[in-house]
Amino acid sequence: MERITIDPITRLEGHGKIEIFLNEEGEVANTYFQIPELRGFERFCVGRPVEEMPLLTNRICGVCPEAHHMAAAKAIDAVYHVTPPRPAKLLRELLYSGFYFTDHTTHFYALGGPDFVMGPDAPVAERNILGVIHKVGLEIGGKVIQARKYGHTIVEIIGGRKVHPCTSIPGGLTKGINEEQRKQIEEMGLWAIEFAQFSLKLFNDIVLGNQAYVDLILGDAYTHRTYYIGTVDDNNRVNFYDGLVSVVAPDGTRIGKYGPGDYTDWIAERVEPWTYLKFPYLKKVGWKGFVDGQDSGVYCATPLSRLNAADGMATPRAQEEYEKFYSTLGGKPVHQRLATHWARLIELLYAAERIVELATDPEITSDNIHTIPTETPTEGVGIVEAPRGTLTHHYWTDERGVVTRANLIVGTTNNHAPISMSINKAARSLIHKGVVVNEGLLNMVEMAFRAYDPCFGCATHSLPGQMPLQVTIRDARGEPIQVLRQHC
Amino acid sequence: MSDTFEPVIIGFTCNWCSYRAADLAGTARVKYPPNVRLIRLMCSGRLDPTFVLHALANGADAVMITGCHPGECHYIEQNYKALRRFLLLRRTLAGMGIEPQRVQLVWASAAEGARLAEEIARIVEEVRALGPLHWPTSTDLYGKPFSEEEAFSVTKETSAPAEVNA
Amino acid sequence: MSANEKPKFAMYWAAACGGCEIAVLNIGEKILDVDANFDVVFWPVAMDAKYKDVEAMPDGYITLTLFNGGIRNKENAEMARLLRRKSKILVSFGSCASEGCIPGLANLSSRQEILDTAYGTLTTDNPDNIRPQYSYAAPEGELHIPEFLPFVQTLDQIVPVDYYIPGCPPESHQIGAVVDLVIQALQGKAQLPPPGSVIGAGGSTVCDDCPRKRHEKKIKEFVRIQQIKPDPDLCLLEQGVPCNGPATRNGCGALCPQAGAQCIGCYGPAEGVTDYGARLITAFASVIDADDPQEIERILDGLPDPVGQFYRFNLAASLLRAAKPAFTGK
Ligand code: SF4
Ligand code: SF4
Ligand code: SF4
Ligand code: FES
Repeated sequence: MERITIDPITRLEGHGKIEIFLNEEGEVANTYFQIPELRGFERFCVGRPVEEMPLLTNRICGVCPEAHHMAAAKAIDAVYHVTPPRPAKLLRELLYSGFYFTDHTTHFYALGGPDFVMGPDAPVAERNILGVIHKVGLEIGGKVIQARKYGHTIVEIIGGRKVHPCTSIPGGLTKGINEEQRKQIEEMGLWAIEFAQFSLKLFNDIVLGNQAYVDLILGDAYTHRTYYIGTVDDNNRVNFYDGLVSVVAPDGTRIGKYGPGDYTDWIAERVEPWTYLKFPYLKKVGWKGFVDGQDSGVYCATPLSRLNAADGMATPRAQEEYEKFYSTLGGKPVHQRLATHWARLIELLYAAERIVELATDPEITSDNIHTIPTETPTEGVGIVEAPRGTLTHHYWTDERGVVTRANLIVGTTNNHAPISMSINKAARSLIHKGVVVNEGLLNMVEMAFRAYDPCFGCATHSLPGQMPLQVTIRDARGEPIQVLRQHC
Repeated sequence: MSDTFEPVIIGFTCNWCSYRAADLAGTARVKYPPNVRLIRLMCSGRLDPTFVLHALANGADAVMITGCHPGECHYIEQNYKALRRFLLLRRTLAGMGIEPQRVQLVWASAAEGARLAEEIARIVEEVRALGPLHWPTSTDLYGKPFSEEEAFSVTKETSAPAEVNA
Repeated sequence: MSANEKPKFAMYWAAACGGCEIAVLNIGEKILDVDANFDVVFWPVAMDAKYKDVEAMPDGYITLTLFNGGIRNKENAEMARLLRRKSKILVSFGSCASEGCIPGLANLSSRQEILDTAYGTLTTDNPDNIRPQYSYAAPEGELHIPEFLPFVQTLDQIVPVDYYIPGCPPESHQIGAVVDLVIQALQGKAQLPPPGSVIGAGGSTVCDDCPRKRHEKKIKEFVRIQQIKPDPDLCLLEQGVPCNGPATRNGCGALCPQAGAQCIGCYGPAEGVTDYGARLITAFASVIDADDPQEIERILDGLPDPVGQFYRFNLAASLLRAAKPAFTGK
């Protein structure tokens, strides 16, 4: 194989890097997915007053600051042993639903969707939001922009700011909403339901109506039989804000549910010397390396995982779609990673329905939004479902409520091992002796990636699905033979 | 090292009392260590914490702030203001790893030349015992303590032209 | 540049959270103005241009570069140098690039402490005490990750910067105003402010924009926001809540105090302030109602984290820049 030398300086741009090594036979020997950055929040949260955690940790990620804000908010409630009044909980969940609505819309239309709407073989230049708008029409493009705006507006009304909300404190919120704002949110919610239904229909028409796509989804290339986790309510329905984390095995049996206090019994993180990002796995099953199956503790935490880990959706329209999802794809659990896009749209509909439910709750405009904590702060864990996976914040404080220790297991990190496995699989299925490696590899890797909606803003700083990706292929002596790179 | 180390201490003194006290100490030939460089302010209330940070960031091993005794400030109660700032500053600096002995507040009237000299001597010895502060300044910030010579070599290229070609 | 050629635009993130990019995407239809008036030549979030493409550009080729994110590792520093060379106007965009922001609080610890913490948390399964290696000999070959530097630096500590846009993130309407201004300047219809200026923000403090009523009231204690139900119409600081408004530059429209929360200082130092923390120390000291040292100390006990309070966003840009452990490594 000819050696293609690219100046190593190109490495500088990669916030995510893949190294592929070939053996003497020219077959893939191994692949490494590396995350080149660390910022150290767990260290510098120490010494800060714990009520600042929702404000500091949201700077982990500007794409999902709401998730960190909420996980931190729940953790600081726990630290102070205080339960926010019901209206405060409702408001937080309402903010969170608005955020989900925006985030899932962005992913489907701007990031993940283009693969389907435009087709995986479309030229790169068209596989983007502009291409989508071009294909589906300007009117829809306007709707997408509207949808993102509505979600952000809900976040701003309750959270005080569009990016990095500022209103959650131990025991509740610093502000409520008035009737006028409630009404505005309800109207946006009703619109959101229509938009979500429309998006599902679009997916139906374009993707499910096309056998080639269905085959692609169901194909083996994007299938991993892993464990799945996701938060569920008392009736085992998907919930983003609160509940227990349900853990489901590759064969679909629920092996347990854990609350925030027990997460350490379930989750552990492995360190590898060649990347800054850790690899979480299910402690009860154990780390067996980058492999799937019942014996490997590798798990996934994505929209698909949440559906797999639950028994259904808590709102009627989303429930209907949930049933259709599993009947179309042949029952639970669904292991095909590309089905994540569909699952995400079902969650989009749920978020929209939930906005309306919450906005019409008689208590939502109550000014009973804060319980002043009276207990001595100690230790607390908060868990929410970030769009990209279960997010866990754990703080310990001294008796003044100053953080003495912190542990954060962030959304995307959950999926670090499965993403690495997807890359490995894509590489092995594409690179063989004598086969010229081309952009096809990147496309395939890219699609594997996008399903997870990886946000290395959490781990590092790239936007979801747009991680500048570099793939280096090395021969048996470790020499680079080819470097492919792309912002996927 | 510590017996050859001569701390550099910046003293911010009030014009009406402590500066005169220092003056008095000088004219009365009361000996005090030469380590303190005095900067005269009209009143301790003029002390901006920025001055202290500047001094520490640029090579001072310690800072001494002096003012009129409580109740004797010529501007009525500005020295209480100085006291509050000082106490808050000291707590802040503690969070940066700067020992409390390195920033001290001394009250001294114009007549207390001898006492001021004693206080200065005390502070000098306390700081001498601590050793140099040696806060990395802009010149060695990127150098010595670290191996990343290259990463830290500041290429302060000439400022780029800001004009825009339309 | 020939008359028919559009000016070139670039945006880059170093050690950032992505919020700055989101804020730019949120400027709505103004983004179309950017598209109409500029050739976007490099913007990893929005388009696929490669690092080597930037390398290949002549020096000064890019008219306007918005650089967000701090300098946390070697890679960030190298990108800063490259983009400085290639850009006519380099804008330090957002709090991370301009003052280190929240990630700059890492400067209170040594690199060792940060790594030991991250790879030794409660759930970390690391019996061999592994740390990521800048260069690691995997069985198949050598792997590299960029070096984690001893402390966070601001963009202008690495290269000269022409303008600063403050905020974490900058508010979208402010970004829109800057886009307008630059476009006008390019068309010769407006003048850019002198280099080194802060743009896209106000010239006074958050307090000046804050609708809460202020009296010359002094306080007998600091309170944590969760401990009280604050009066929604009165200044939070005068109710004892540590609000950073008095030292913070205006520009956001005083969003947080209007949402019932204290200003935490994301717009950085107000005009003319040399050291943000020093200004806040002065402001906080002046509301304390006590003359007796012991009484003052008691009141100050109500501020459990002065260094974090006063340098929350600004540590890397402060006069001292970092705490001792970051410098000494211990
Ligand atoms: S300034 Fe704030 S919004 Fe911008 S990258 Fe930094 S943390 Fe994110
Ligand atoms: S201190 Fe805070 S609450 Fe008071 S006026 Fe200033 S910004 Fe408003
Ligand atoms: S009030 Fe303060 S913290 Fe809030 S957005 Fe404005 S400058 Fe930032
Ligand atoms: S005049 Fe001496 S302290 Fe005010």
